[in-house]
Amino acid sequence: MTESVTSTAPASTAPAPTRPAAVAAQVGTFAALIAVFGVAGTIPVPGLLVPVTLQTLAVMLAGALLGPRRGAAAVLTLLALAAVGLPVLSGGRGGLGVFVSPSAGYLLGWVVAAFVVGLLVDRSVGRRGRLAFWPVLVACLVGGIGALYAVAIPILALVTGMDLAAAALANIVYLPGDALKAVLAASVTVGVARAYPAVLTHRGF
Amino acid sequence: MTRGPSALHRLPAGAKLAALAAGSLGLILVDSLPGVLAALGLVAAGYAAARISPRLAWEQVRPVALLVAILFGAQIWMIGLEPAAVVALRVVVLVALAGLVTLTTRAGDLLATIERAAHPLRGVGVDPARMALVLSLAIRGIPVLADVSRRVQDAQRARGRRDVRAYAVPVVVGALRRADAVSEALAARGRAD
Repeated sequence: MTESVTSTAPASTAPAPTRPAAVAAQVGTFAALIAVFGVAGTIPVPGLLVPVTLQTLAVMLAGALLGPRRGAAAVLTLLALAAVGLPVLSGGRGGLGVFVSPSAGYLLGWVVAAFVVGLLVDRSVGRRGRLAFWPVLVACLVGGIGALYAVAIPILALVTGMDLAAAALANIVYLPGDALKAVLAASVTVGVARAYPAVLTHRGF
Repeated sequence: MTRGPSALHRLPAGAKLAALAAGSLGLILVDSLPGVLAALGLVAAGYAAARISPRLAWEQVRPVALLVAILFGAQIWMIGLEPAAVVALRVVVLVALAGLVTLTTRAGDLLATIERAAHPLRGVGVDPARMALVLSLAIRGIPVLADVSRRVQDAQRARGRRDVRAYAVPVVVGALRRADAVSEALAARGRAD
């Protein structure tokens, strides 16, 4: 997978992280990554309203590894692909229907979740570009669960006609799975930063 | 301008998206069983006009079928039979209507509409041309990353490991490498800078 650098461009060793082309490449590629995670890791649990998937894990990773704005942009790009009917959501879902179904709030919540995770991870990345597990875990819990639920629960209540408390209660079944995914996201983020340190210098706001 | 099997197919994508938005807002105001049934009939007429087979129509609502059944069952006890039916049918109508728009509109036309809709956002720093670039990079990235994902899964299976972290780290690193390669390729062609 190591790319051989044959480009004659002067900046061929490492693309400057803030160049628009680099940003577009990161955002587009991570949108594709979130789609691929949805196919790779669907865990259907009978009786649950929304399938348990690795897609939310990828959403947290987008925020943690790309930063708040690029992470949220990657999620928005994925949602645009879903909106035009491409089966990029877990279980091969896509089409405009997903935006009017009771789980629509989770999709919108992803945008906020990626942004909040990115914002909180930003605060824990030192100038030296080091990343520790615990601050990233806190970021993933606050953004990937707190912010996500803050958006998803009111929309679930709105679409189904449940009151907020009932919607929050219906949501509790996802908490163990989401907490596990936050731990995994933090662990993967630290692992990726170790295997590919350039990600921390390429990270943008 | 585009040829299609029905008048619904030929409608511009923007008009259909606007109708869907208006329909989903309007449906919130419908809270009687006859009203919701009328809306359901209207959408069914739309499917018939677009000559969509009942099987394909069912495929559109199947993903929410279980959810609607659970919702209906739970709501009967809380708000009564008829209101519960209204709430459940409303979800079916919405999803069916959205499915009708998706089925009668090509993805390319919807993408073009999204790009056009983004033009007024220029003022807040959204560049429609760059948005189109990002969308096409994402679409082209999916098969590439799916291939990376498959290879990592195969390697894991060969070693008898089924560990999310051991799967995710190499796939994410593969994605980052691809992003860097794409960025260099774009820079070399003078795109987006």
